[in-house]
Amino acid sequence: MRLMRSTAAPSPPVGDRRISRLFFLLALPVLLALAGCAGEHPQSTINPHSDFAEIIHSLYVSIFWWTMLILAVVWILLTWVVVKYRRKSEDEQPRQIRGHLGLEIGWTVGPALIVIAIAIPSIQAVFATQRPVSEDAMEVHVTGHQFWWEFHYPEQGITTANELWLPVDRPVNLRLHSNDVIHSFWVPKLGGKRDLNPVPAVREGQERRYNWLYFTPLETGVFMGQCAEFCGQSHALMMKRVVVATEEGFQEWIDRWFRSEGADFPTEAPLESAGNPLDDRAAVAGSLSANGGGDDAPVAADLARDGGPEAGLNGYGSSADPAVYRTASATFGQDAPGATAAAGLHSEDPLVTRGREVFLGSTCIACHAVQGTSAQGVIGPNLTLFGTRYTLGAGIMENNLENLIRWIQDPMGIKPAVAMPGVDYPGGNWPATGLSDEEVEAVAAYLLSLK
Amino acid sequence: MSTIGLETPVGREATAHHEEDTGFWSWITTVDHKRIAIMYFVAATAFFFIAGLKALVIRAQLMFPEQTLITPELYNQFFTMHGTTMIFLVAMPMAVAFFNYLVPLQIGARDVAFPRLNALAFWIFLFGGIYLNSSFLVGAAPHASWVGYATLTSPEFSPGQNTNFWLIGLSILGIASIMGGVNFITTIINMRAPGMKLMRMPLFTWMTLVTSFLLITAIPVIGVALIYLGFDRLFGTVFFQPAGGGDPVLWQHLFWIFGHPEVYILILPAFGVISDIIPTFSKKPLFGYPIVVYAGILIGFIGWGVWSHHMFTVGLGPIADSFFVAATMIIAIPTGVKIFNWLATMWGGSLKFTTAMLFCVGLLAVFTVGGLSGIMHASAPVNLQQHDSYFVVAHFHYVIVGGAMMGLWAGLYYWFPKVRGRFLDETLGKWHFWTTMIGFNLTFFPMHFAGLFGMPRRIFTYSAELNVDIYNQLSTVGAFIFGISSVIMVWNIVKSWRSGEPAPANPWGAPHLEWATPSPPHHYNFPRIPTVRSREPLWHKQERDEILAVTMPDPEEEPLMPNPSYWPIVLAAAITLSWALVMTGIWWVIALGILPVILATFMWAFEPAFPEGHGH
Amino acid sequence: MAQAATASVEEHGHTSTGVSNWKVGFWTFIASECLFFGTLISTYMVYKGRAVVGPYPEEIFDVLHTTISTTVLLFSSLAFVLALHATQQGKKGIAILWLFFVIAMGAGFLYMEGTSYLKYIDYGLTLGSSTFGSAYYVLTGTHKVHVILGMVWIGALIWLLFRGRIPPAKSEQVEIAGLYWHFVDIIWIVIFTLVYLIQ
Repeated sequence: MRLMRSTAAPSPPVGDRRISRLFFLLALPVLLALAGCAGEHPQSTINPHSDFAEIIHSLYVSIFWWTMLILAVVWILLTWVVVKYRRKSEDEQPRQIRGHLGLEIGWTVGPALIVIAIAIPSIQAVFATQRPVSEDAMEVHVTGHQFWWEFHYPEQGITTANELWLPVDRPVNLRLHSNDVIHSFWVPKLGGKRDLNPVPAVREGQERRYNWLYFTPLETGVFMGQCAEFCGQSHALMMKRVVVATEEGFQEWIDRWFRSEGADFPTEAPLESAGNPLDDRAAVAGSLSANGGGDDAPVAADLARDGGPEAGLNGYGSSADPAVYRTASATFGQDAPGATAAAGLHSEDPLVTRGREVFLGSTCIACHAVQGTSAQGVIGPNLTLFGTRYTLGAGIMENNLENLIRWIQDPMGIKPAVAMPGVDYPGGNWPATGLSDEEVEAVAAYLLSLK
Repeated sequence: MSTIGLETPVGREATAHHEEDTGFWSWITTVDHKRIAIMYFVAATAFFFIAGLKALVIRAQLMFPEQTLITPELYNQFFTMHGTTMIFLVAMPMAVAFFNYLVPLQIGARDVAFPRLNALAFWIFLFGGIYLNSSFLVGAAPHASWVGYATLTSPEFSPGQNTNFWLIGLSILGIASIMGGVNFITTIINMRAPGMKLMRMPLFTWMTLVTSFLLITAIPVIGVALIYLGFDRLFGTVFFQPAGGGDPVLWQHLFWIFGHPEVYILILPAFGVISDIIPTFSKKPLFGYPIVVYAGILIGFIGWGVWSHHMFTVGLGPIADSFFVAATMIIAIPTGVKIFNWLATMWGGSLKFTTAMLFCVGLLAVFTVGGLSGIMHASAPVNLQQHDSYFVVAHFHYVIVGGAMMGLWAGLYYWFPKVRGRFLDETLGKWHFWTTMIGFNLTFFPMHFAGLFGMPRRIFTYSAELNVDIYNQLSTVGAFIFGISSVIMVWNIVKSWRSGEPAPANPWGAPHLEWATPSPPHHYNFPRIPTVRSREPLWHKQERDEILAVTMPDPEEEPLMPNPSYWPIVLAAAITLSWALVMTGIWWVIALGILPVILATFMWAFEPAFPEGHGH
Repeated sequence: MAQAATASVEEHGHTSTGVSNWKVGFWTFIASECLFFGTLISTYMVYKGRAVVGPYPEEIFDVLHTTISTTVLLFSSLAFVLALHATQQGKKGIAILWLFFVIAMGAGFLYMEGTSYLKYIDYGLTLGSSTFGSAYYVLTGTHKVHVILGMVWIGALIWLLFRGRIPPAKSEQVEIAGLYWHFVDIIWIVIFTLVYLIQ
């Protein structure tokens, strides 16, 4: 009976010096959590920016507190018995209690109630996050490749790579599959992950079964994500960005796609019309800090490669700290060059013209496509509007002239096991490109001019 | 198949028997469960260091973002082999070491049911482990992670022998596990001393029984999966090849149908260990013995119905997800019940904090953390964020290291005096415990945060922008402290083995039969088999006196024990060789490889198990 | 209580359950085998109807042919029962005769199944042609390996019987081989039902 009473209301034995060690252990997580709040985490799972992520996050918070309750009970009881029932003399002969039915029922039913309290909202959330798709949802087909992402917009007829553009507040339904190994689509701030499975071949007339991921981005910004299912040597270097733009900004991006004709794209396009960049930036920054994130500070300047009105495009998303672009460069080679190295490249620039010539005349076009040109390869990433991308190499480094030159020269040095040939070694099924330094620079300049 | 009937239960016929040989060859040919246990422990500890060093390299590589200490390929090999080794070559065999040493002693038997099979299982395990690790020597270590998801393991994406080493190595180890399972089930069901009813068995023996059932049922499933994978890689089947209509997700189902019971294969022995230790150092019988037993059995059963909680991101649909959420939540209940029963055992007791007991308390404190983070990602939606992130890495290390390994280390300090007749050094033991606690928590607690902030697992480097450097640095520092703690442990074992303080037969005042033998026990365990009348036979004066009168005096004639034999090691070598030849993928080479197995099996079968003129 | 003097009595039969270790161990092994074949059969069922290219099961299975081979295998179990009975009676010659019949029927089963394999290969069903081919051949092939191992085992028993090393008191040796053989038969019945009959 003594057992019963004490289990019901154990008082924490505060003030006992012997348990200070245990309290230290208890305090450690708190300290770490505080340390965590100090920084900015572009892939934080606890900083939701979509309906999907919010459902998960609120569920997580409630489960977190339930588990903390159980942990507190167990640790307090443990501390109590460890302190209280320490052997004082070897002659002690404690009462030989073999069990207590009431207690057993109690600590079966108690936890059972808690897990029910966890399971019910969990199952509700399972159905809420896999609910029927609304009619206005935009469909995007995501294909995983070793080690990059392909995004196909069937509605718009666009295929792009590694940077997924989405309009804010519009539901999006991602159809996920892979052509090689299993990958997993994960942009933590926009919600949970789902695998990109290689879809088995089926008999004529049977339906192939795809995975879907359905969510509505609620705020503009550039969100970072990366592959979350081990997919081979460069799994760690399979990153991506999701650019959530305003409705107008997204439309502008689409329009540009079709207006673009490779290097012939008129640079004096009226980009001011692409929403209100400045307002967007302010909205993005404001909303993010309101969310406690504050990690997506607008750094349009870092990304502005053209200056002038074109900088506006970058305003739709605010990017993450430029540090991200250091990733590959710091890992595999020299320091990252200045962010604006490619500034001032225009389609009428002779270097660009030369680059276009080299690009379209080389094996590049066996794998790569550029809208409006003879380059229509489908094996590698589609390079249309390449100049608007923030990153290169599947999100691993900043997209600028110097990084791009290095990438074209030596992709495997930056990203092992990538299926792209370098200037002096083969890759995939293709021989070395054999481009000279001058040609590489021209191609890079051409690609960056694609906006 | 061997011809049956030559390995009967260990003979109890008294006969003049020479004193046990202790030379090198006597270890090679031994069929004594206690010696086999020691060999299991030594081998598992060696593999623990091999896999631990890999972990330290991994931690060094991850200490700072964007480091290039080792190449991505080597990193992938290291984390794959770290996981594979820790699970199949450390946690499992270390538990089997305890099964081997303790089960016959705890139930009052002279050996396991099939002593030569026991030796065979050990050698197969050892050769399988060496084979698996030899892949590093040829630069082709497995590199597709310990779960080896299709299609990353298919010939197209993993050419070369790397994955062949993995699948063949695991197949070899699986054979040993099934043999062990069969042996321990038979031993426990059939070889208990008079009066040792099932519900009087020590909890450790109970959990061995449940674990053995899990082994014989779970291993065949991964066995089939590995056969499919082998056929896909070597003979062109399309089990997991999407182009041929095969579904890679099938691999995941088969793997986790095995994999989740495997989790309980790892943790239940530790539960058994601390269920034996806590009562001893509390001077109280285990609280709610039948409930703890039933909870263990229930965990074993429900463990079969939760596998898809490893697959919430696979896209099985909301109905399957919900089912597995519910099943997984249910399994948390018996686990919680066990924890409360252990707490209640200590409640009102007289607790003595030896190193063994400290490890038990440590287990209760940290395993609970692992269990609760498990409840977090048992919730499918939350799992979508945490799956394959460092949060999960933190979780399962809290369960496997904080649960399984802590329990086994508690057992090490508790039973070492029985094994050696000397105590492990308690001062060094406490150093071991506290460095383990600090190192372990410092390594794995920060990983929760790294995971919550979006660091995926199985990445050879991470972007500085993720801003998880501090957690990785803490982890790395912790890992090295943890490494030091393991060195302290081994130093303690080596030192105490030679010159530890001598231990009496029952140094801790423990209640079970293994303590009714001298330390170390005779090679025949019990001169005569005692009769048991309660759950704590040595805690009731009259019963204790009766038992000790039977078990302690030297017999006039030693009981007949089975012959040592070379055939287990020969057969194990033949089996390993025949499997290794599968790598060639040439059918007639593989067929030829079976010949030595058949030959060795026949030699084994026709060798008398007992000295001539006895037993048959 | 175990006394040295009664040891020989205990040795033959005194176990906690009264059943010999070999039998308990072997039943445990069979439990393990059940999961093994269960997984193989489940895979076949999961892939049923999902083959991308033919030949499909309904196009090639000859149920009558397989029914005959199944019957042959079933009768081998009967022969085994009779062999065991003869061993227990000490009629070693009759036991050997029946065991020969078991092996012969096992061989007959393998022959008939082998001809089916050749026919299926002619139809274009190979290990790699489709998931049906993979699952079918690996499932039935694994079963055939079990049949072959059983025949080797029975061969060893015939030799031991011939040498007079299995007196009635040790008939358990034959009994356990019988357990194995019956198990292999039962598994075939399950395969026959699920693979051939229910299409």
